[in-house]
Amino acid sequence: MTATRRTTDTLVIVIVMLLVWQALHQVAGSTALPAPLPTMIYLMHAVASPRFAENTTTTALELAYALVLAYAIGLAIGVWMGAHRLSGVVGEPILVALYSLPKITLYPVVLLIFGLGISGKVAFGALHGILPVALLTMGAIRAIPPVYLRSARSLRLSPWQTIATVLLPATLPEIFTGLRIGFTVTLLGVLLGEMFASKSGLGFLIINDMSLAQSEDMVTVAIILFAFAAIANALLLWIEHKLHRRV
Amino acid sequence: MKNSSLPHEVHAQVAGVTRIYPATGHHPPVHALGPIDLELGKGEFFAVVGPSGCGKSTFLEVLAGLQKATAGLVTFEGKAVSGEVADGIGVVFQEDASFPWLTVADNAAFGLRRNGIAEAEVRRRVDDALAFMGLKDFARAYPSQLSGGMRQRVCIARTLVLQPRLILLDEPFGALDAQTRLLMGDEVLNLWRRTGATVLLITHALDEAAMLADRIGAMSARPGRFIDVVKTGWPRERDSTIVAETAFGEITARLWERLRGESLKALGHAAMPAMAAE
Repeated sequence: MTATRRTTDTLVIVIVMLLVWQALHQVAGSTALPAPLPTMIYLMHAVASPRFAENTTTTALELAYALVLAYAIGLAIGVWMGAHRLSGVVGEPILVALYSLPKITLYPVVLLIFGLGISGKVAFGALHGILPVALLTMGAIRAIPPVYLRSARSLRLSPWQTIATVLLPATLPEIFTGLRIGFTVTLLGVLLGEMFASKSGLGFLIINDMSLAQSEDMVTVAIILFAFAAIANALLLWIEHKLHRRV
Repeated sequence: MKNSSLPHEVHAQVAGVTRIYPATGHHPPVHALGPIDLELGKGEFFAVVGPSGCGKSTFLEVLAGLQKATAGLVTFEGKAVSGEVADGIGVVFQEDASFPWLTVADNAAFGLRRNGIAEAEVRRRVDDALAFMGLKDFARAYPSQLSGGMRQRVCIARTLVLQPRLILLDEPFGALDAQTRLLMGDEVLNLWRRTGATVLLITHALDEAAMLADRIGAMSARPGRFIDVVKTGWPRERDSTIVAETAFGEITARLWERLRGESLKALGHAAMPAMAAE
């Protein structure tokens, strides 16, 4: 029942978006936005091309590295600032300020430090992801009801048992929210990084297509990225809902 | 009907116990508790009443081993208790301490599983405790699907399965409505009788103390000390219907007479001379 409804909803959304796309195409013209049908036909050929595969691999690799870094550093900062009161008090406003900052303004600095290769883009992607992961992890740890810790002690748990069987499950749903948001913004950071001062990756392809007026190719890359982000986000949301449902 | 003979074997002892919270930053040190002397008889039901902020919970935590006494000695079954909860002591807190990520049955089994008890034994004890607490039909439910009173029962079951010989209850019904509290009182009496454990109940409700306990310690405003210890003389077989007895009214009145001045002090008023209890 709900499954069929969800499928119907998704279908309706896709149809509406295709209609909007067609309408925008009528207004903006083929140079800016090609029509849906020819783009779809183009897409079928393009995804098989080696040029497309190469750039997709580059972006996937950068995203993977950036995610590992963002999650590792973000979790470390979050746990530290959540567990150590003074660090949290000092660090939280700094993190919040950094979070609201348009990080693209720091891209030149990142490039000068990490160079024009893959490391610059990985660093820029990670820079985006670290903050939400750290902030939500810190929040999750601070929100642990103190009575859980007293219960753990009264049930004679060792410190490791307390971490593994009380603190971790208590904080997991909120930390996972941080990981999901971190994923979205890390992808954004990597693509932004590729758009400037880069010679490979899907972000580079979009900008390159734009300057060469290859609008069908440009939209094809956008559609692939859109589909990837939507599917990944849906999957992470699904896990997140499973975790949150019990709380 | 009356039966005031109390067990004489000492189960837990508190001698000259004081708790002073050290100064932090620009806050001066806080003398929260004591000195307190108390002997809990084996199998006794003892209640502690007192105004809010008087150090009742601090007393419970020191007795449990969750906090160290600044001075004095706590012993349980002849062994010193200090900074660690001894085997055989079970604690139930005022706040909802059920774990939302575990089912009712897994919550109840939590302490047993961490202590490496065989799974068959875990299941036997959990089934038993859930049946006793009226949670049998909710074994697979999650705490979020239960009411506050039911969740508190889950926490009691989690403590019960460990077969504690001294059960410390820190205002476990403080967040519940009055009717539920009376019924939970009956359940605690059942639990006390069935387990044969020594029970110490912290409460701010004089009637609850008067209804449940063998003895009631009335605690002064901070620093908490016992200004009176009242024997109720109830028989071991008793339930919430004793609220209709004349003695119930007398006990409640005596507790209030002792505590009125202390409660005013706790509110920040000067104690009236006639009511100064010490």
